[in-house]
This record gives sequence, structure tokens and C-alpha cells, in this order.
Amino acid sequence: MSAPNGSGETHHIVPVKAYLGVFAFLMAMTVLTVVVSWVDLGIFNTLVAMLIAVAKAVAVVMIFMHVRWANKLARLFVAGGFFWLLLLFVLVMMDYFQRAKLGY
Amino acid sequence: MSTHSVTAANPAAVLHHFDTAEQQRDAATLGMWLFLITEVMFFGGFFTAYICYRHYYYDAFVAASHTLNIPLGAFNTAVLICSSLTMAMAVHSAQLGQRKKIVTYLLLTMLLGATFLGVKTIEYADKFEHHHVPGPNFSFPGVENAQLFFSLYFGMTGLHAAHMVVGIGVMIPLLLAAMKGKYTSDYYTPVENFGLYWHFVDIIWIFLFPLLYLLGGHLTPGGGAQH
Repeated sequence: MSAPNGSGETHHIVPVKAYLGVFAFLMAMTVLTVVVSWVDLGIFNTLVAMLIAVAKAVAVVMIFMHVRWANKLARLFVAGGFFWLLLLFVLVMMDYFQRAKLGY
Repeated sequence: MSTHSVTAANPAAVLHHFDTAEQQRDAATLGMWLFLITEVMFFGGFFTAYICYRHYYYDAFVAASHTLNIPLGAFNTAVLICSSLTMAMAVHSAQLGQRKKIVTYLLLTMLLGATFLGVKTIEYADKFEHHHVPGPNFSFPGVENAQLFFSLYFGMTGLHAAHMVVGIGVMIPLLLAAMKGKYTSDYYTPVENFGLYWHFVDIIWIFLFPLLYLLGGHLTPGGGAQH
């Protein structure tokens, strides 16, 4: 698996088997996330649900969206976007969750 | 090196400011990703609001989430996953220059997208019937702040559905161009970049489904929430 950033090289053609593999994974994870939601895991219910969702999203981004075979600049853009989203979540949560503790 | 201008007859031609066709394609992909990142941040605002209000009014969120139809939500998740597969196959067919297959897979993707929206219509109609639509007729006896959950439910799924409608609309010119044989193994950038958009919309739903439908599925509605 080489990064196709050399000039003149055609785009990587992902084998159909890889797409079918991701499809099966996404379907299985959907069933799993529904089943797990019925089991009481305390505070871990949310964590497990989000871990499954992130795993599904990563599979879609890497294989369906071809990021695994994208050049470094495109990968940096993708990673940067999700890092920015994380900043939004973490900074807002730090503020609001502290306020909740203080009873505002 | 070919530096002639792009014409309708030769859309695969390299524009003068690109060195190679590969560089031209990479630039288009990068631009599409930049757009998708702005879309991620657009939905990010909704997700942030969800995180905060869910933290503040967890019991209300659990009670309200219990009224959503999990079988329909799960069915729609499966429909979207199928549509992502058909979209990936449309791009795959374009890469191989298989004109008929591009058309077939794009049509299948549109059909699955329309199925998703049809199921969503049934779910929305049900919410109207039960007065669970935020506004003057909203009614959710015994639970305060449940309206916040439904505001977020309609905001998030509505924005997502709007993206699906736009997606199906964009697929029409793609379909017509594919039928005319405009896309070859040398030039399929529009199909590929639209595929990125469609998969992005699928990813949004991957998060919406557990957050909205499966919240506190193990808890009895209206009581005993600890966190």
C-alpha cells in the first residue's frame, strides 16, 4: 500500500471485497449497538455506543472515502477537521459541566 | 504535457495551472474535504448543544428518547449503510469506466436515499400525531424539558434529511452525465467527490442513531436514571 502521490499515477482502485467487508462490519455494529443499549452498563452505555459509532465512522472514512490511500495533505485536512471538532466539544464541556456542578 | 483548456468535449483535460491530471484530481479531493470539514463543524454545533442539554436534563432526554421508534431507526440505519455501499460501487464502476454500472449504482443509491426519507416521513407524522413536535401544541405530561430533546431531534434529523434531499438532487445531473458517457476511468471527479458527500451524510446518521434513539434503552422510561 503506497501513497499514490507520485505524478502520473492513477488513483488506487479499492477491491470490491474491501467494500463488502466494511458493509458487513457496519451492519454487524448496528445490530451490536442496538443490543448493547438494552444491557445496563451504568455510565458505560454511552461510552460503548460512542466507541461503536466511532469505529463505524473510521471504517467509512478510511475505506469508503479512500482516506487510507489519500496523500498526506488530504489526511492532514481530515485529521485537522476532527481535531477542531474535538476542541469545540471539550472546551464547551469543561465550561458547562463545571457550571452544572456549581448548580448554575 | 497537455495544457489545452477544458472543454465539454474533453473534461479530463488538465487545466494550465496544474502540472498533471493526478495533481488536478488531488486538488479537487482536497477542496471537497475542506467543504466537508465545514459541514462537520456545522453539525458540530448541534452535537455540542445535545451534549450540554443532555447533561443538564438527562431524565427528560431518556423519557423523550423512549418515544422514538427503534425498529424504524435501525431499519433506516441499514438503508443508509446499503446506500453507502452502492455509492462506493458507483465510484468503483466509474474508476473502471463501466458506464452502465455507474448508472445502475447511482439509481440504487437514489432509491435507498428516497426510502430513508420515506421512513423519516412516517416517523415525523407519528410525532405530529402525539403532539411531540416543539411548539404551542407540544405535550409531554409529567416530564419537564422534554421539548428540548424534541427540538434537538427535529433540528438534527431535519438538517440531516435536508442533506439527503440535496444529495438526491445532486445525483440527477450526475446520473444524466453518466448516461451520456461523460465519466471515464480518466475522468470521474464529480462522481468521486459526490461519493465523499454521501458517505459524510451516512456518518452523521451513524452518530444520530445511538444518540437520539438508543439513549437509556436499558432504563425504564420516566424513572431511576442515575447519571
